[in-house]
Amino acid sequence: MRIPCPCCGWRDRREFTYYGHETFLHRPAPDAGAEAWDDYLHNRENPAGPTRDLWYHDPCGSWVVVARDTVTHAVAGGEGLA
Amino acid sequence: MSGGWRIPGRGAEIDRARPLRFRFDGRDMEGFAGDTLASALMAAGVRVVGRSFKYHRPRGVMTAGAEEPNALVEVIEGPQQTPNVRATVQELYGGLQARSQNRWPGLSFDALAVNDFLHPFLGAGFYYKTFMWPRQFWERVYEPLIRRAAGLGSLSGRADEGEYEKAYAFCDLLVIGAGPAGLMAALRAGRAGADVILAEADTQLGGRLLADLPEIGGQGARDWLAGVRAELAALPNVRVMTRTTVTGAHDGGTYGALERVGLHLADPGDLPRECFWRIVAKRAVMATGALERPIAHPGNDRPGVMLAGAIPAYVNRWGVAPGRRVVIFGNNDSALSAARALTAAGIEVAACVDPRPEAAVLEEFPVYRAAQVVGTRGRMGLHTVQVRHAGGLSEVQADVLGLSGGWNPTLHLACHMNGRPQWDDRIAGFVPREGMVRGLTAAGAAAGRFSTSQCLDDGARAAGEALAAMDMAAPEVTPPAAEDAPYGIAPFWAVDARGRAWLDFANDVTTKDVAQAALEGFASVEHMKRYTTQGMAPDQGKNSNTAALAVLADATGQSIPETGTTTFRPPFVPVSIAALGAGARGKGFAPERRLTSDAQTRAMGAPMIEAGLWYRPSYFPRAGETTWRESCDREVTMVRGAVGVCDVSTLGKIDVQGPDAGRYLDFLYTGRMSSLKPGRIRYGLMLREDGHVMDDGTCARLGEGHFLVTTTTAAAGQVMRHMDFVQQGFCADWALRFASVTEHWAQFALAGPKARDLLNTLLDQPVSAESLPFMACQPVSMAGVRGRLFRISFSGALGYEVAVPARYGAALFARLVEGAEALGGGAYGMEALNVMRIEKGFITHAEIDGRVTAFDLGMQRMVSAAKDCIGKPASERPGLMEDGRGQLVGLRPVDPSDAIDAGAPLYTAEAPARAASWQGHVTSAGYSPTLQGWLALGFLAGGRARHGEVVRIHDALRGRKLMARVCDPVFLDPEGRAMRG
Amino acid sequence: MADPSVTLTVTGGADGLGLPLRHGDCRLTAQPVATASLIAPYPGRVAACSAALAALGLAFPAPGQGLSAQGARIVWAGREQAFLFDAAPPDGLAEHASLTDQADGWARFLLQGTGAEAVLARLVPLDLRAGSFPQGRVVRSLLGHMPLLLIRAASDAFEITTYRSMAGSAVHELGRAMRATAARG
Ligand SMILES: [Zn+2]
Repeated sequence: MRIPCPCCGWRDRREFTYYGHETFLHRPAPDAGAEAWDDYLHNRENPAGPTRDLWYHDPCGSWVVVARDTVTHAVAGGEGLA
Repeated sequence: MSGGWRIPGRGAEIDRARPLRFRFDGRDMEGFAGDTLASALMAAGVRVVGRSFKYHRPRGVMTAGAEEPNALVEVIEGPQQTPNVRATVQELYGGLQARSQNRWPGLSFDALAVNDFLHPFLGAGFYYKTFMWPRQFWERVYEPLIRRAAGLGSLSGRADEGEYEKAYAFCDLLVIGAGPAGLMAALRAGRAGADVILAEADTQLGGRLLADLPEIGGQGARDWLAGVRAELAALPNVRVMTRTTVTGAHDGGTYGALERVGLHLADPGDLPRECFWRIVAKRAVMATGALERPIAHPGNDRPGVMLAGAIPAYVNRWGVAPGRRVVIFGNNDSALSAARALTAAGIEVAACVDPRPEAAVLEEFPVYRAAQVVGTRGRMGLHTVQVRHAGGLSEVQADVLGLSGGWNPTLHLACHMNGRPQWDDRIAGFVPREGMVRGLTAAGAAAGRFSTSQCLDDGARAAGEALAAMDMAAPEVTPPAAEDAPYGIAPFWAVDARGRAWLDFANDVTTKDVAQAALEGFASVEHMKRYTTQGMAPDQGKNSNTAALAVLADATGQSIPETGTTTFRPPFVPVSIAALGAGARGKGFAPERRLTSDAQTRAMGAPMIEAGLWYRPSYFPRAGETTWRESCDREVTMVRGAVGVCDVSTLGKIDVQGPDAGRYLDFLYTGRMSSLKPGRIRYGLMLREDGHVMDDGTCARLGEGHFLVTTTTAAAGQVMRHMDFVQQGFCADWALRFASVTEHWAQFALAGPKARDLLNTLLDQPVSAESLPFMACQPVSMAGVRGRLFRISFSGALGYEVAVPARYGAALFARLVEGAEALGGGAYGMEALNVMRIEKGFITHAEIDGRVTAFDLGMQRMVSAAKDCIGKPASERPGLMEDGRGQLVGLRPVDPSDAIDAGAPLYTAEAPARAASWQGHVTSAGYSPTLQGWLALGFLAGGRARHGEVVRIHDALRGRKLMARVCDPVFLDPEGRAMRG
Repeated sequence: MADPSVTLTVTGGADGLGLPLRHGDCRLTAQPVATASLIAPYPGRVAACSAALAALGLAFPAPGQGLSAQGARIVWAGREQAFLFDAAPPDGLAEHASLTDQADGWARFLLQGTGAEAVLARLVPLDLRAGSFPQGRVVRSLLGHMPLLLIRAASDAFEITTYRSMAGSAVHELGRAMRATAARG
């Protein structure tokens, strides 16, 4: 599997650490309530098809949102968080 | 030929001037350089090379390639013993030692061949039917029995000492297979300037051309090949990799490939045995050729029965005749070509048997039309073939029977990403569809185009398409003229006659087994395969899948495409685990991180213990100490009474700078760091966003916009990743940056009442209790070297940590140890460090194991109520703050002579040790020489309210039972007088 | 009181590792790091950093870039950070970037020889072909399981920088790959 890093270009997946769906970027307000926090922390879709998830490129320290397809395994691209 | 099996004037690949001695089943034999073990055995007149898996029937060489189901041998090299080596792939070298498999005591007499007479009871699913009852027989009787009787080859039982390698390669175009199609593809792409890797499993380029020797462009095949080889070698952008089998197609244009590097050499020197390649290619051409299919007829497994196409390979490549009189049995035109080639080579063709009524006419040998082979004779080697034809039944004397049931395109790689091939009636076989693996195109025989001319054209076409897809100009090429014979075939899978007809030779699966499976309801191809084990041997069904499918289709009344196809998964050929894990054995498993004090520490005799990747001293033994406990107790006493020195450089150190650094750390830590004064240090907890504790450490403010935070050794990488996520994800525009400086600084703890005395022997400007109070830091200078001094303590003793750039680490450690010893102290290791932190109730990752909260640790007050931080909202969920949760407590044995083990479960004192009365567990334990007894930390349900209570510790794993009294986790100096002094 | 006769001697990151190492035509030598500052510009301050670095004849490098002038060198080192080698950070830079001394945190080696690319292909999951990785190009990657800053110093030479604590493992791994590559001739 090859993953694009916005800094480094396409790299072997062994250079990356997986985190989870990009939901983690949308942190609720501290007082958003138990349901919002439950959704943020635990509840995820399990898509057959396109998804966007977070990978860390360990060598350069970039977090990357990777657009990929869970059915075809195609990796469409990656972008930094900032 | 009368004197042996070699054919004069044939065998371009062997060097008759270089004879090689080898040993097979204890017999010394001779072959030539260039031979495979199979061709050398054939030349030595060895017909039986192994016994079959289930029935232990004698078997001979069947193919001339990697698909070989029968000739599986063990190769022995000193302590190394490699099972299931295909003799058709193993190249001969001087001194090669090989042994046949699945026979006991010997090949010619095999006691388990009795299975062959029991075959009515050993049919499909016999494992499931026979070894059922009684249940307790499974482990004691059945399993050992099955293991002895079945299995393919044996291991040495010793560690593999061979060297293996893995490597990466990148290219524009990967051409898989160097037959006519692959060679044309590589030539065209190479001429276009593309970076080409041409991977060929065989020892040399040519593919089927080497066996069939057709004329190409008016030249002999070998002359044409020599020209192509020379041109490819001259192209700097083409990399030719022989002995390299592409084993898998994976995501993102990545292909796995196994190269046999040293396996064919008597003395490989420093060469690895194998190299596992990961090849990343923009495009790939799958020119993997086709595999011939046998025909299932009664007695088709006798030594001497082989694939028709393998016979000319042995004749033309290695100059060896598989026999003296050959019968060919085939349903397609290639069978006839094989027969003609043999005649041309001077080998007598006794008959050509073709089930097709319209088969060709006049030949130099008898041709039986609308005929079938219905039986064979010759237990240890074929001598008679029984042919049924319009005129009745004939017995033909022959020692070789060549079978050709047609050809299957070698399309396995195309299926590795879950793609399904399609049935093509034209060739009565499956062909790949376009786009099964992105970027991969099939060409030549792999695409179902079988004539040499079609292969050459198709290779050039595939390269052109690949070049166009990469926006590279494709120079026009005119493939040379070559034979373009039409490929006629009439589907024919199994002969309808009495007797067992084999489909899967390696796993002893017959047509009856498949029919039986269907009858018993295992009619789906995936079920049939598992029930009969068809396709599950080392050849993975390369010889049997299509025919088995056809027999199943017949049994279920469906067409073959309706019946489906089994799933092909990587690897295409067996890959040793050693090659996949190359380099990861011993020291290669993980890098070692060594402290600057490492050399001296080892010189002092300290046993080292792994902490993450770091190596740290357990303890520093002194003369007269015979157990680790003696050393550990002495080191603890030394620190409590004088001074100890410990290398603590492994703790993660992250330097945080910028105007917004404080604000950022406030968001990261449960406590407030922005209010810390420069020159002061604060203890901090970091939570995961789910509210559990991630790590703990200190935060020192070195300057207004300059902080240094520490992490535990174990969590340094995780914390860095987390900090990057928080910064990049939530506050990318804040003015701050951070960097790990763990490696730059060597840091040593000085602990004990004399720590300051020791320190001041080194500092250019001495410190006093007042000038640097507890939890303060300052820059220092030692012998002119600028360092940092932190007054912190992980032992509870008066403590400092002093840091210098790593280049001075070794020298400073030596100086500190010397100074400490002069003061009645010395170096201490992890064991003493652990005891002292338990005495003080300080936590490590034994306690913060990912499941605990600040509340559980009794640190809820450290979660600032005045601000948000990562993990705070989730940590306030009611379930994470329940009184019944495990809470950190101290434990001491009621009987002072008892010891406690970390990990031991806690139960209520009154109840027996049962799950229902489980109350928590011990996280850390150690003997405290200071308090003269064992101390432990642990989590106990509602533990903070249970100080003084007695609990039961029953460690069934280590057989230890005791009663312990619950107490505060801080055993020693709860006011912290020593460390503040 | 401090003993004025005490001095703290220096130990290099690659000391005691048996360098230089030679297998076939490949040679591995230690390249001590004299000074190294990690420069990480604050958000939006790359241009200001470049202006400050102009005093050294340098600018803040783009990803994959290395620049040198007047004996000093600046090398991209990861997301929004670069190493300044062989020069002190110029005045005014600290206003726009975090600066950390990293000189002692890294061990640096030079791998030279016609087989150098093949040696690294055994340890580094990167496309090292000259077209993709030309002279002067800088990458962060892995050397086996170790952090790696890799620079192509010449067509047949690579500067390999990894953690100081892992220097022994790095030499061990490189040595093994050099030996196997040399054996292929
Ligand atoms: Zn990156």
